[in-house]
Amino acid sequence: MSRFSKKGKKGMAEINTASLPDIVFMLLFFFMTTTVMKEVNLMITVRVPDATEARKLEKKSLVSYIYIGQPHRSFQKMFGTEPRIQLNDQFKNVIDIQDFIAQERDAMDEKDRNKMTVSLKVDKDTKMGVVVDMKQALRRAQALKISYSSNKVDKL
Amino acid sequence: MADIAFLLLIFFLITTTMDVDTGLQRRLPRLPDEEQKKSDDKIKERNVFVVLINKDDALLVENKPMEIHQLRAKAKEFIANPLNAENLPEKETKELLYFGSVYITKNPVISLRNDRGTSYGMYIRVQNELVAAKRELRDEISILQFGEKFKDLQEDQMEAVKSYYPSVLSEAEPKNIGGK
Repeated sequence: MSRFSKKGKKGMAEINTASLPDIVFMLLFFFMTTTVMKEVNLMITVRVPDATEARKLEKKSLVSYIYIGQPHRSFQKMFGTEPRIQLNDQFKNVIDIQDFIAQERDAMDEKDRNKMTVSLKVDKDTKMGVVVDMKQALRRAQALKISYSSNKVDKL
Repeated sequence: MADIAFLLLIFFLITTTMDVDTGLQRRLPRLPDEEQKKSDDKIKERNVFVVLINKDDALLVENKPMEIHQLRAKAKEFIANPLNAENLPEKETKELLYFGSVYITKNPVISLRNDRGTSYGMYIRVQNELVAAKRELRDEISILQFGEKFKDLQEDQMEAVKSYYPSVLSEAEPKNIGGK
């Protein structure tokens, strides 16, 4: 550290850096264990609504995500500006939901399957039409536990 | 050694996402079978609190237009029916753990119906108000009985409070009204 101080001044003792690798390793392990890789590349704009009653979703491994919103500008030429559904990395239609749910279910442990939650990340300016269709599709797929993703706020 | 560790550390620092997902958790009803459809019609009108949202995000509650900030109080009044009013849900005496014999509403149902043109933001706001109404009632009774908020109660105490004020929000079968 003393190399940053002005030349004339003396008396600053060198800090012992012997423990630095230990500290770095500790941090490294912390981040390695807590990290969750970003799973999807969102191709739509999703600004979820605010809610005062929002609660934390437990157990991330039991949650599947469905995104609905307007495609990003770069995709608008191809997909238009109507709200679209995104599952994993692709634009999909309501009829694909059933397959998607079945797939997600298969990927889970058998005992966890009935605890599966579907988190709907829907842009707040979306019209309910597509959401209603989605909910009906989820009911047909027997995925009844859902969560309307929203930001927790103290006051609206 | 430390260099490599630093490199890895920075990599994980960048890729890590710490966001926790929060949301309004709900249960969708099962798809109705034939029998259920018939029994649904039997629910008396006074036991149902109808909330409609139209395509312009305006509310119609029990056939009267309403502002969103009035909804919570109205819903609370409906669920609890404190004055035993004629047009609010029927009440009955029930035996509950911890509470003993209580005079509570029988089975109030809040029916939320939206248009296909309703905005999702508005829909969530209404849902939020209705969930908040239920939560506030449960908190009130919990504080009165146990001196703690609902979320801090023991498991069996929670169950008792839950049967005092059951979950009442029903997501109605969608009807196609008013087009886009």
